[in-house]
Amino acid sequence: MKKLISPAPHIHSGDSVTRRMGYVILALLPAWGVSLWQFGLGALLVTAISVASCVLFEFLIQRFLLKKASTIGDLSAIVTGLLLAFNLPSNLPWWIIIIGALVAIGIGKMSFGGLGNNPFNPALVGRVFLLISFPAQMTSWPLPNQGFMHYMNAETGATPLAKIANGSLNISLNDLLIGQTGGSLGEVSAIALIIGAVFLLATGTIRYYIPVSILGTAAVFTAILHACGIGTDVLTQLLTGGMILGACFMATDYATSPMTKLGQIIFGVGIGIITVLIREFGIYPEGMSFAILIMNAVTPLLNRLTPRRFGAPKKKKQ
Amino acid sequence: MKTFKIGGIHPHDNKLSAGRRFEQVPVPKEVIIQLNQHIGAPAIPIVEPGEEVKVGQLIAKANGFVSANIHSSVSGKVSKIDTITDAWGTRQQAIFIDVEGDVWMPDIDTSCKFKPTCNLSAEVIKQKIADAGIVGLGGACFPTHVKLNPPKEHAIDTLIINGAECEPYLTPNHRLMIEKGEEIMVGVQILMRALGVDRALIGIESNKQDAIDELDRIAARKEGIEVIKLKKKYPQGGEKQLIQALTDREVESGQLPSSVGVVVQNIATVFAVYEAVQLNKPLIEMYMSISGKEMEQNGNFCARIGTSVKDVVAMIGGMPENTGKIIAGGPMMGKAMIHIDTPVTKRTTGITFISAKSAPRFKASACIRCARCIQACPMGLEPYLLYKKALRQDWDFMEAHHIMDCMECGCCTFTCPSRQPLLDYIRVGKATVANNIRARKSNEK
Repeated sequence: MKKLISPAPHIHSGDSVTRRMGYVILALLPAWGVSLWQFGLGALLVTAISVASCVLFEFLIQRFLLKKASTIGDLSAIVTGLLLAFNLPSNLPWWIIIIGALVAIGIGKMSFGGLGNNPFNPALVGRVFLLISFPAQMTSWPLPNQGFMHYMNAETGATPLAKIANGSLNISLNDLLIGQTGGSLGEVSAIALIIGAVFLLATGTIRYYIPVSILGTAAVFTAILHACGIGTDVLTQLLTGGMILGACFMATDYATSPMTKLGQIIFGVGIGIITVLIREFGIYPEGMSFAILIMNAVTPLLNRLTPRRFGAPKKKKQ
Repeated sequence: MKTFKIGGIHPHDNKLSAGRRFEQVPVPKEVIIQLNQHIGAPAIPIVEPGEEVKVGQLIAKANGFVSANIHSSVSGKVSKIDTITDAWGTRQQAIFIDVEGDVWMPDIDTSCKFKPTCNLSAEVIKQKIADAGIVGLGGACFPTHVKLNPPKEHAIDTLIINGAECEPYLTPNHRLMIEKGEEIMVGVQILMRALGVDRALIGIESNKQDAIDELDRIAARKEGIEVIKLKKKYPQGGEKQLIQALTDREVESGQLPSSVGVVVQNIATVFAVYEAVQLNKPLIEMYMSISGKEMEQNGNFCARIGTSVKDVVAMIGGMPENTGKIIAGGPMMGKAMIHIDTPVTKRTTGITFISAKSAPRFKASACIRCARCIQACPMGLEPYLLYKKALRQDWDFMEAHHIMDCMECGCCTFTCPSRQPLLDYIRVGKATVANNIRARKSNEK
C-alpha cells in the first residue's frame, strides 16, 4: 500500500468553513422561530426568497461569469441570505428581495472575489442598497401578531425606534425581550438573539470582543447622553432595532471584521459610537447597518495592528 | 494549573500506549549505526571494517564542539562503512556491525544496581555527558554538553525538566517517569550539580497524573526539586512555552533560554545522563512508543540504536494493513517516512501509524479571515499573512514579520477551517529568509 509523504502536522482539527457557517445558521434559528410566530407567512416567504436567490445568484455568477467550480456547498450564501432576510420587513414585495439578494451577492461578495475577500458585509450592502432605493417599502414594518396568513397584506406601523424618534414610545421591556414589537424580520426578539449568540460563543465560532465592545460602548455612550437629557435610556437603546443582531451576528462576520483582539475592540467601540450618534442625531432611526459598514471600511487599517508577539523585545535596542 | 500564555491548541492526545511497560527488543543480527544522529557535524568513524567492537565502545568521534560521539550498541565485527538511504530519502553514512554475542565494555556498570549518590565535579559530569554522546532526546537531538555550557554572560539559576510530552500519541517520557522515576531524579540532581543551580522544576501535563504522583513522591525527599502540574495544551513542551509556563519568564525573540537563566532538558535525556554519569553507559539504547489506532496492540520499547524499526514494530504484530502514513515521532511535528525498514537513531522517540482515512491531504478553500491561526499561534505571529506573502515570495515582508520566530509547531495548519497548508509555505519562507540572513551576514564580513 502506498504511503503518503507530506510535511507535519499530520492531523487536523476537523474544522471546516462549512461547519463554521452551519453553526451561524443554527444560531440564527431561534430568532427566526420568533419571527415566524410574530409575522407568520411573511417571515417564511421573505426568508425563503432571500436565501434561495442568494444561493442561486452565487451559483450562477461562479458558474457562468467566473467559470469556476461553485462553492455554494460552504453554506456562506445561505448565511448571507438569512442575514439579509433578518434585516428586511416581513411584508417586503418579492421582487425587491431578489434585487437585494443580487446586490448582496453580486456586488457585496462576488465582485470582490467571493468568500473571504469582500470588504463589506454582503447582507448589509444589500440591505442598505434597498433602504436607499426603496425607502417607503423598507420602512413600513408590519405589526406583530396578526395571525399566520399575512405577507404583503399585513397591517403596518412604526417600530419602537421610530416611536422613540417621534416621542411616542409606549412599549414594555418584556415585549422587547421576546419580540412583541414591529420591526425587521429577525431583529425583534432580544432573548432569541442572545441564545444564538451564546451558542456562537460556546462553539468558539465568534469571540466576545466585538459584541461586548459594541454593546458596552453603546450603553456607556447612551447613558452619558441620557444624563445630559438627550435620547433614550440604556436598556431601550440596547434592546431595540438591530443592536443585538448587528453586534452578535453582523459585525462579527469573519471577512469584514479585524483579526486581532485589539483591532476587534477598536472596531466594536467605533460601531457602538457611530450607531448611537446616527440613532440620536441622524435622520434615520436605525444606525447599526451604517455603523458596521463604516467600520468595515476601517478594518484593513485595523488589521495592521499585530497581535502580541511572544518574546518581543521590551525596549528598542540602541 | 499553569500553562503558557499565548495561543495553543487542544488536539486529542491519543496516548494509546500510556499503560504499557517498556519491553526490551532483542539484539538483532545486524545493526546499522548512522553517523548523523544529531544537530551539527556528523561524527567521524574511528573503526575499520573487520574490527571487533564491544557494547558501548566509541566507534565515531564528535566532529567539533557541536557534534556528538557515537558508540557501538552491540558487540561483534564491523562489516562495512557505507552510504544508506534513510526512510526520508536522504543519504547517510553508516557503520554496519554484524552481531556476535553481547560483550560489554568493562568500565560499564551492568549490575542493574541503583546508584543514588554522585559527588563528581561539574566539569567531570559535563565531560562524561559529552563522552557518552548524549543529545536532546525530545527529537531535536541538540548535543546536551553544548546546552550545559551556556554563554558565560548568562547566569543560570533554574534547571527545567520537560515532562510535558504534549505531542499526541508519544509516551516514552511518560513511561520513563513511572518506571525510572528514582533514576530520573538522580539525573536531575546530577544536572543541577553540572549547572551549579539549586532549583529544578519538572513540568508535567495533567494527562499524566500517575507520573506526577510518582515524581512528586520522590521529590519530597530531595532538595530544590519541584514537580509542577501543567494544563494539557499543545505545544506545552516547546522550550520557550515551557519556560513561560513554569517560571513566567519570557525568552526574547532570537535569544537562548539561558538569557533568562534557564536550561531545559527533556526526561529521556535526564535518564540518559543518569546512565552515563552513574553507570558509565553511553547512549546506545532508545526508549520509544509504537502506536496507532489500527494497531493490534500499542506498546513502549527499549531498543539498541541501529536496530531496524521494522523489528521493533514486529514485536506487536507489525504495521497495520491500512496504514496511510508512517510518522517518526508524533502527528504534530513528526516526519513522514517512506517505510519502516530504517535503523533506530537518537531521533527515534516513537513511531505513529495513521490510517489512510485519517491522513488525507485536504483540498484548501479560500481564507475566510476567521483569525483562528492567529489565536492558535503560540509565538503571536500571523500565519495567514505569512502564508499569503510566501505565495507571493515577499521574503522581506516575512522577515519583518518575524517569521524566524516560528518553531513549526503546526498549530495554524491544524486549526485552519479552510484547511490551507499554512505551515508548508511558512517553512519555505523560513528557509529562504534564513538563507537571506546568512548571505547578508557573509556580505558584511
